[in-house]
Amino acid sequence: MTTSEWPLWEVFVRSRRGLSHTHAGSLHAPDAEMALRNARDLYTRRSEGVSIWVVPSSAVTASSPDEKDPFFEPAADKPYRHPTFYEVPEGVRHL
Amino acid sequence: MTTLLPETDRGGGPGAHEEAFDAAIAADERIEPRDWMPDAYRATLVRQIAQHAHSEIIGMQPEANWITRAPSLRRKAILMAKVQDEAGHGLYLYSAAETLGASRDELLDKLHSGRQKYSSIFNYPTLTWADVGAIGWLVDGAAITNQVPLCRCSYGPYARAMVRVCKEESFHQRQGYELLLALSRGTEAQHAMAQDAVDRWWWPSLMMFGPPDDASKHSAQSMAWKIKRHSNDELRQRFVDICVPQAESLGLTLPDPELRWNEERGHYDFGPIDWSEFHEVLRGNGPCNEQRLDRRRRAHEEGAWVREAAAAYARKHGEQDGDGRTAA
Repeated sequence: MTTSEWPLWEVFVRSRRGLSHTHAGSLHAPDAEMALRNARDLYTRRSEGVSIWVVPSSAVTASSPDEKDPFFEPAADKPYRHPTFYEVPEGVRHL
Repeated sequence: MTTLLPETDRGGGPGAHEEAFDAAIAADERIEPRDWMPDAYRATLVRQIAQHAHSEIIGMQPEANWITRAPSLRRKAILMAKVQDEAGHGLYLYSAAETLGASRDELLDKLHSGRQKYSSIFNYPTLTWADVGAIGWLVDGAAITNQVPLCRCSYGPYARAMVRVCKEESFHQRQGYELLLALSRGTEAQHAMAQDAVDRWWWPSLMMFGPPDDASKHSAQSMAWKIKRHSNDELRQRFVDICVPQAESLGLTLPDPELRWNEERGHYDFGPIDWSEFHEVLRGNGPCNEQRLDRRRRAHEEGAWVREAAAAYARKHGEQDGDGRTAA
């Protein structure tokens, strides 16, 4: 049994209450509990977090960078989803 | 550091992707793990990041050498935190290398068998307590000078790892400077010890920036790919310019009779570097090459039972409880 046979985990850290968890990095660990402990030692040595998630990297499904354009295209031609699309007559306030 | 493995064969071929890669580099955008990239770009990054990671974990040894003999509890706690940071830096960097498709085991194996290098600086011995200060001030100082521009490296995971590393390195440099200052202002013997450490570490620190630009075989391509942002000589000059006034404040001298301010250039001139020494150490003939690698191999072998036990426990635990766990 070698290190590489330990699965890879993605680490997400909530830096303080009121903020969401953000991706901090990854690490190898034999199980979830060790992954949490290692994540604490690796990513929060200077009080960078109040909460940690660890997720097996193999459980992440990602969009392919090749499909970048077609995949996100539907949003590109809908400027009317943004407030700046609309003209507001001068003098109208709180809109 | 997203560690989703790169998709090596997604069809389309390099021709279709090369343009996108070149455009991203030209636009100063970051390349991310699953983007197409030239094989040579990938290989260069794996080599550089691996060497960097190896340097971090080998670098734990010369300083750990003094943990048990630190002169106070304060200094001991600081030194332990610093050595622990170096382990952390190694792990950030190994993760970054893994996003390029390298495996952790393969990287460690290449370090242990001498097929991949680590920074030559760690093949020098730490003879006195003052060396801990000189390493923090000069070696970590040189490392920071090298690493700050790497925070803008074109490869995203490497750049992000470097941001984290640089934040932590500034503590390393300051504790070293403070330690040397205490010695320099101490007894005559303490002052002499600090001066001796600086005398021994100065030239090897200048060598950390690598060979002169005209002899550096990877530099031009790395700069074109924006992995490297400044040349070796440029960074070395920057480091010298920073150190001279800092040495004055320490009340210590730098061991270079040719060191003087050049009004015209707006930089300090410094004497020639003995590159034959650099190449000797690189070839494995430094004072501690053998000792460092032996120690690393032994630590790896002696830790094998712990890794095996943890894996066996995880297997057993997994069978009993299933894999389900809630993340909340």
